[in-house]
Amino acid sequence: MKKLTSVLLALVLVFASLALPAAAENAGVVNVFNWEDYICEDVLQMFEQETGIKVNYMRFTTNEDMMVQVRADSSKFDVVFPSDYCIERLAAEGLLEEIDFSKITNFNQIADNLLNPDYDKENKYSIPYMWGTVGILYNSTMVKEPITSWASLFDGSYPNNIFMMDSIRDSMGVALKYLGYSMNSKNPLELEAAKEVLVKQKKDGLVKAYQVDETKDKMVAGEAALGVMWTGDALYAIDLNPDLEYVIPEEGSNIWVDGMVIPKNAENYENALKFIDFLCRPDIAKMNCEEIWYSCPNKGAIELMGSDYIDNLDINPPEEIIEKCEFFSDVNDVLPIYTALWNEVKNSK
Amino acid sequence: MNQIGSMPSWAIWAVLAFFILVMAGIIFIRSKRGKDNLHRGTTAFASPYTLWMIIFTVLPCLLIGYYAFTDSTGTFTLQNFAHFWDSNYAKNELYMQYGPEAAALIRRGTVNVDTLTYSLWMALLCTIICLILAYPTAMIMADRELKMSSAIVVLFVVPMWMNFLLRTIAWMSILEDQGLINQLLSALGMPKAQLMYNNNAVLLGMVYNFLPFMVFPIYTVLGKMDYKLHEAAQDLGANSFQTFIRVTAPLSLPGVISGITMVFMPSVTTFFIPRILGGGNTMMFGDLIESKFLTEGDWNVGSALSLIMMVLILISLGILRKADPEGEGGGLM
Amino acid sequence: MRKFIKRFYLVIILLFLYIPIIVMIAQSFNAGKSRAVWEGFSFRWYAELFADSAIINALSVTLTIALLSAVISTILGTLAAIGIHAMKKRPQAMMMTITNIPMTMPDIVTGISLMLLFMFAKVGRGYWTMLLAHITFDTPYVILSVLPKLRQMNSHSYEAALDLGATPRYGLTHVILPQIMPGVITGCLLAFTLSLDDFTVSYFTTSPLIQNLSTLIYSKARIGIEPTLNALSALMFAVLLLLLVVVNYRAAKVEKAQQGQ
Repeated sequence: MKKLTSVLLALVLVFASLALPAAAENAGVVNVFNWEDYICEDVLQMFEQETGIKVNYMRFTTNEDMMVQVRADSSKFDVVFPSDYCIERLAAEGLLEEIDFSKITNFNQIADNLLNPDYDKENKYSIPYMWGTVGILYNSTMVKEPITSWASLFDGSYPNNIFMMDSIRDSMGVALKYLGYSMNSKNPLELEAAKEVLVKQKKDGLVKAYQVDETKDKMVAGEAALGVMWTGDALYAIDLNPDLEYVIPEEGSNIWVDGMVIPKNAENYENALKFIDFLCRPDIAKMNCEEIWYSCPNKGAIELMGSDYIDNLDINPPEEIIEKCEFFSDVNDVLPIYTALWNEVKNSK
Repeated sequence: MNQIGSMPSWAIWAVLAFFILVMAGIIFIRSKRGKDNLHRGTTAFASPYTLWMIIFTVLPCLLIGYYAFTDSTGTFTLQNFAHFWDSNYAKNELYMQYGPEAAALIRRGTVNVDTLTYSLWMALLCTIICLILAYPTAMIMADRELKMSSAIVVLFVVPMWMNFLLRTIAWMSILEDQGLINQLLSALGMPKAQLMYNNNAVLLGMVYNFLPFMVFPIYTVLGKMDYKLHEAAQDLGANSFQTFIRVTAPLSLPGVISGITMVFMPSVTTFFIPRILGGGNTMMFGDLIESKFLTEGDWNVGSALSLIMMVLILISLGILRKADPEGEGGGLM
Repeated sequence: MRKFIKRFYLVIILLFLYIPIIVMIAQSFNAGKSRAVWEGFSFRWYAELFADSAIINALSVTLTIALLSAVISTILGTLAAIGIHAMKKRPQAMMMTITNIPMTMPDIVTGISLMLLFMFAKVGRGYWTMLLAHITFDTPYVILSVLPKLRQMNSHSYEAALDLGATPRYGLTHVILPQIMPGVITGCLLAFTLSLDDFTVSYFTTSPLIQNLSTLIYSKARIGIEPTLNALSALMFAVLLLLLVVVNYRAAKVEKAQQGQ
């Protein structure tokens, strides 16, 4: 028995030493809260090597999940990557720290058209990290003709062959756009109509599953013909399966920007600035863009990537397509409507 | 991983207080030395545990109650239960301010109630299927004619060592459109079957996860059963069916009830399985509670839903206790 | 014939339980990343496993928490069981009710109620909160495995020891403990296993930063599970199986020796 106890004790000590890292070096740490699969992992190591700051890297799946975490304890995170409308919301709730732009030496690399955006009018709280669109990824061997419209999701041509997004704003937005309304509609009649479309789509058995990050691997495997997806995930899938194609439907879609922000009371404000500045460095921004396939807000990085980037019309869509797209804005005052309608969609059978 | 290094100060206090209490308990016993007897001195041994349970079980339960009966400002309200009954509650309040056109759209939302009934229904199905599969299994395991070695029990325990999430995900690779079964079907020239993303897949996942919890208690009871009763029944002229109905089944009832408890309770609140095998097409009550807390961030309604869940479970436990007042069913071990 | 049908049925049920595990182990040896396509045999994922710091970290969190919570809850629970056993009827019934709460409460409610507690107390969730939560749901199981042994014990032996001049501590360690040891060990193993396999409670009581294997697998499940995790569970499976065989072999040997005498 004594032997067993000492063996157990030794085991605890060994594993405790594994779990307890050596006290962080003097340079400290930075707690980063980013989307799942949204960075080139090498970048984190490079940052640690260059600055000696240890990166604690955490991941989230949807904006809504992230907001709950940040609201619960904003000091836990030093750098967060919310989308446009969430930056607006977090700022309105006083959960963001102003960024000290004098410390962001690479800020001049950010494309001019992304400065002073609607969601952060005075450009106080956020710096763009990536941007992209929402569209349909489809398997050209499984469709009758090239997809051009959101209607393909709803007209019944592809029964049990569609992956929808398990994300309130994205899925409601798609239905609103299909009906010709704004993706930021606050009109109860329009919203109810959008819900009806989604409920009918589900009841008719068109939808195979509601999911977010799972979709790309399943599209690569050929599990469904159509999937609603963000650009980067779609291009990642196309890279692995050349049968796949991405389209921004003709009715227009959502265009979004994910920014980098520093939450209120962040414990490591200075390190957060260093981390953000590092991600704005052209060579680093290039590494990230090439890894995760999203559109790049960084002029220097685009120059480095050259024609690979500029000629890719999915990643760098022409002006006339962008004009049809719409940013999400904060709809907090009618959020209970969105939530209730979405729950009804999910619950319909 | 920095949080491990710096233990929060309150935790240090809690640990300190805890050890002070343990010491106090020991000193208390020592002081009674001499005239001590078992029924006086050793009760103090339970005091650290009592304190622990007050902080980490009673207090959290009270907190759920607190949030369930207050609104976001902390004032008393029953509104959260209205939210449960009418999932459109907040939406309808907005519609009322929007004029007659929107007011015409006011309807009671049944999402929460529907999800609850759906979960109860699925849990019931899962329990019945587990019982049907497990009872013969337990009987065969306990069958003396077959001379099963006790190692057979271990065979049922071993799968539970593998992480249940991974086992569920493994089912995904079996059931998918491009999965093993469909690959086999198309190799045989048969049409593909839609096996995943539906109710049946969720049910399969649940039965798979909970089956051992039904097998063990029944096996324990059957294994302990006095075999002479069988022989007596047969000597008195009962055929094997009659023996089963009159002798085996009634005597194994405690095991069955214990099994039902161990399968039904956790399966009502299953979450994760619907998301992986059901493709998010269906929601169980566990998913709903989770999304209230972690996606909508609405602790008050979420707490009300949890409270309703707890009450339902207590009621069904009460009913099951009635059926097995002695609590002889025995547990997992 | 009847025997054959019975055996056949048992095999079918066991097959149902083992098929996913066989699939998982097979996938861990697949050279490719795909879940469905066999691309040849390889140890690639086993090599990558030991290079993946996230998995190794999660493994050490899982194991330390399982060991610590098993040890602490065994001490806490054994003492409590001795105390509860000595109590009069009414306080005993009350203690048993409290003990039953975490066992009858669904995991998700346990997890959420603890999350509320930590948030209410403004405690950052992480390693320590997860450990506290695990001790909380482990301890009742220890009590329930120790209590039956206490009931079987001759309660007069402790009193006799005290009458003969033993201190209570000596009485506890030399009279009570040896008699209830099997129950204590069962409880400890049960606690360890429960903690090792827990997902729901951990999910609500930790931060995104501190992950154990279950929460790591959960977050990975969304983006396509990597065969490295299959490799890890295959390894853990093999180790546990080996342990089991050794224990069984020794037990059989002891039995044989006893029969021989």
